[in-house]
Parts: sequence; structure tokens; C-alpha cells
Amino acid sequence: MTLKGVAHKYGNDVNTDVIIPARYLNMSGADELAAHCMEDIDSTFITKVKQGDIIVAGSNFGCGSSREHAPLAIKTSGISCVIAHSFARIFFRNSIDIGLPLLECNEAATEIMDGDILEIDLANGKIENISKSKTYYAKPYPPFMMGIINSGGLVNYTKKSMGDTL
Amino acid sequence: MATLAEKILAVHSNKKEVSPGDYVNCRVDLVLSNDITAPLAIMAFNKLGANKVFDPGKIIMLPDHFCPNKDIKSAEQAKMMREFAKQHGIIYFEVGQQMGIEHVLLPEQGFVLPGQVIIGADSHTCTYGALGAFTTGMGSTDIAVAMATGEIWMKVPPTIKFTYNGKLPKWISGKDLILYTIGDIGIDGALYSAMEFTGEAIEELPMSGRFTMSNMAIEAGGKAGLFSVDDKTREYMLQHSTKNYTVFSSDNDTDYSKSYEYDISDLEPQIAFPHLPSNTKPVSQVGDIKLDQVVIGSCTNGRLDDLRIAASLLKGKKVSPDLRCIIIPGTQKVYLEALKEGLVETFIKAGVAVSTPTCGPCLGGYMGVLAAGERCLSTTNRNFVGRMGSPDSEVYLASPAVAAASAISGKITSPEEVE
Repeated sequence: MTLKGVAHKYGNDVNTDVIIPARYLNMSGADELAAHCMEDIDSTFITKVKQGDIIVAGSNFGCGSSREHAPLAIKTSGISCVIAHSFARIFFRNSIDIGLPLLECNEAATEIMDGDILEIDLANGKIENISKSKTYYAKPYPPFMMGIINSGGLVNYTKKSMGDTL
Repeated sequence: MATLAEKILAVHSNKKEVSPGDYVNCRVDLVLSNDITAPLAIMAFNKLGANKVFDPGKIIMLPDHFCPNKDIKSAEQAKMMREFAKQHGIIYFEVGQQMGIEHVLLPEQGFVLPGQVIIGADSHTCTYGALGAFTTGMGSTDIAVAMATGEIWMKVPPTIKFTYNGKLPKWISGKDLILYTIGDIGIDGALYSAMEFTGEAIEELPMSGRFTMSNMAIEAGGKAGLFSVDDKTREYMLQHSTKNYTVFSSDNDTDYSKSYEYDISDLEPQIAFPHLPSNTKPVSQVGDIKLDQVVIGSCTNGRLDDLRIAASLLKGKKVSPDLRCIIIPGTQKVYLEALKEGLVETFIKAGVAVSTPTCGPCLGGYMGVLAAGERCLSTTNRNFVGRMGSPDSEVYLASPAVAAASAISGKITSPEEVE
């Protein structure tokens, strides 16, 4: 799968409270949540994000609460992938579970600038910065996790593996 | 040669042994969700096409975050959860009945046993590590799958050992130890790892302080925050459960991925400044920080011991006229005990607003949301931008002792100054 879009760059420790503030957690609808995505860290995000765009950030992206509303809001806002130095573990699980691709790559996370145009070959973890003519490779997923990703998330993966026993 | 975490995960995945980095399919003893995370879990459960839950006696749903319902939308979410719980015969705690904040309630009601694996759609599910159980937070989809299958995939974490030497100084609580630790290692200092707490000071630490420390393991990125079972744990279990349990502990010759050792003999009360729990300072270096609000409660510090400490400082004193002090007992049982002991009377006479159990203000839900420019000192667990309200407000984290002392003086204050 190839993803292409503009980079939106943020720093370290972007937490779930700023990704989707708790004042909106009285809702579970993906579109309602997406309308407030990143509101407390970048109030202009929702007006500038386009389908396919990519978030690029530092270490510990998604730290804080277990709210799956956070990756759901990011995915529904149009973001096709998040690239970071590292991810907080619950956010990482949640994203894989709902089919939001994440890539860990120090160099890419450091060097990509806000507004750069990126193209990502997800199967090979290849990140191309078209604006800077530079290519990076992200840390590959373990085979077990590739299974979940290839199924489009944990619900489909479980359906496939459990079938009629559910 | 295995750690506590590895031993529990091995048993729950039917393996002789597991190593850090292994992916295992793990049986779960309890699956938890709340009024915020249950709706998404129910939607994922329905998408799975599952007809029934794997064992209704091992699934708990409870309203605590925005309940009693703060508005129509949260009422709808709570209703969805209540109806699903009733339909599937799931364990459910209704508002006003034997209820409370999930991570205070479950151990109190004897649902948590040493040696168990518990997952919850709430990041502070790691709280139960205090009882020697492997318990961790996950998202709603993971919870949906576990509700249907009774299993969940896990990556076996490496374990970091934290040793606290020395005698606990007066006013130093589990909150100070964990804030100091997070201040030292950073908010991703234990990313993906299990934290194991041990040492002379830990032996002395009451169960309430251990729950506080395990609770905030996630604030260092940890997957679990574990304590070995000792006499204090056994005593707690005797008071809260009649069930049998298995005790696991780390082997003496275990290789930890990392070890930290602290001498806490001279530790001062710790304050985490905005906007990270790792942004800590000892109280003597805080300076003059005036406050608009003080909150004492939450899954971190809403236990009876916490209220007793607050009451010991507030007794016969008045809350500063320039701030609001809100105290929230963690469960109905804590509330009732606090009433019987006269703590609630002490609070009300001091000018405190006492609330029914709820997560409420901790996550900026209700019952004490902050306006722009306001400052709150809170015994809760996070002080991220906008955590308790306006993105232009500030949250400082500290122990119940510091919170009570600060409520009296109107600014961040050491308990030594008001006792």
C-alpha cells in the first residue's frame, strides 16, 4: 500500500489529552471525535489536514490514557500514517488494532519538516521525503503484528482466526 | 531465573517460561471497561459478530468517569454500557450502590487476586500490580476481543527494578516516591517495561501507597507496576477476599533489564509542575505558587488513608478563602468510612466541597473544571496541557498531605508548615 501526503510535525510526548481532550469523550462517533483532533496542541490542525496526510513526531507519541478515541480521531481526520521516534504502548496497540499504520524511524522523525511531501511504501517500511529527495526505512513490524495489520485490524484478524467459535 | 511478570505471563499462556520480547496469547482473569471506553468496546464486540462474552463473571463494566451523568451525551454512553452489561449478565456497579472509581473499587471488593492477569480499557489498570498481579491498560478493541475470547495477545515486557532504601520520612508517601521516580527516569523511562518496586522503604509502605505507585507506572510509560506479595499484602487480602490465590515472585538471581536504587531517607514531598508528571521539584524549591483549586481524590489518591492524612491537616483549620478545595472519596465504602470517622465533618467545617465518588475533575470531566489562567494542585496522576479543563490552565501533582497543606495556605505548601 502506498500512502502520500503532507507532513504535520509535532514534538515529543504528544499525549492523548491534547490529541482528543476528555471534554469530547462523552461521544464515541468517529466523525464527532475527528472534528476535535489535535485541538489542544494545534487548533489549526483540523482546518489544514487533508486525506492522506502524515503526522511526524518525536518520542513517546500517544502517551497518557488508553482512550482509543485518540487513534480513531487521527485516522478519521484523514491522517494515513504516523511516523515517530517512539510510541507509547497503549496508543501503539490501539492504532494497530483499528488499522492506523505507525512507523518508528528516528532519522525520518528528526529530519522531516512540517509541510514536506511524503510517500510511504507501507509493506517495506520505506519513507520517501519527496520535498527533500531523501529516503528512510522504518523499523519492520514483527510477523505476528503484520498479520493484524494485513487483516485491517484486530477485529478482522480475530474473526479470521476464531471464525465460528466466537 | 525469571521475573514476577514473566512467571505470571508464562502460567497464563500455558508455557513453562517466557522471555522479554516473546509474543504470547494470554488468558485473562478479569476484563474491565468504563463509561468512556465501554461504548467503543461494545461497538467492536458487535463488529466481531460475537454472540456472547466468554465468562460474564470475569467481565466488569462500571460508570465512574462522567457519572453520575454529567450531560446528555455521557448519559447516553452510560446507558449503552448498562444495557449491554445487563444483556450479557456482566458484573456491573450502579451509581450510588456499592460503586466507586474502578481502580479503588476492584481491589476493595476483592475482585483482584495476586498472580492474576487483568486488563482494562483504562490506562490506570496497572494499579493492581500493588497486589502482585500483572495488570495493564489497553484500548477498547483489545477489550472487545478479550470479552469475546477470554484471551489477549501480549508482548512479554522486560522488567526494571526500583529499590528504595532508607526509612520513610514523615509526610513521605507512595505519591512522593513515584513522582520522584518519574522525575528521575522521565515519562518514557519505563516505556514497554514492567516496573518492580522493592526495598526497605517499600516494606514499610502501606497498601494505599503501593496502589498509588503502581497506579502511576503508566506515567513513566510502564506496562505494569509490580510489588511482591508480603505480610501487608496478605493482610489486605484477608480483609478483602476469601478466594485462594497463587503467589509469584522474582527469582533472586534474576537479570533485570535495568536497576535503579534510591536512598529516600531525606526525600522531601515532591511536586510535578505543568505540563508533565516528570517535571518534579522538592517542595522546598517550589517558590511562591498561588492556587485557585485543590483536588484530593482519584484512582491515585482517593483511598481512606489519603483522606485521613488530609483530615489530620485540615482538622480545626479553614481552607484559604481564595481557593476551592474539592475532596472525592474513591468509593462509597471509603465515603462511608470517612463519614463514620468524622473526616467528612472535618472537611466540611474546613470549607471543602465533598463529592460522591467519580473520576470527574481528574480528566477535566466535571466537578471542578478549570478556567483559563487557573492553577490547581491535585492528587491525581496527569498534568498534561488542558488535562483538568482549559488548555490555558495549570495542574500541579502532589500527595494528599501537600494538597491539604496547600488548601489551607492558598499556595503550594509543605505539610510541615501547617501541622
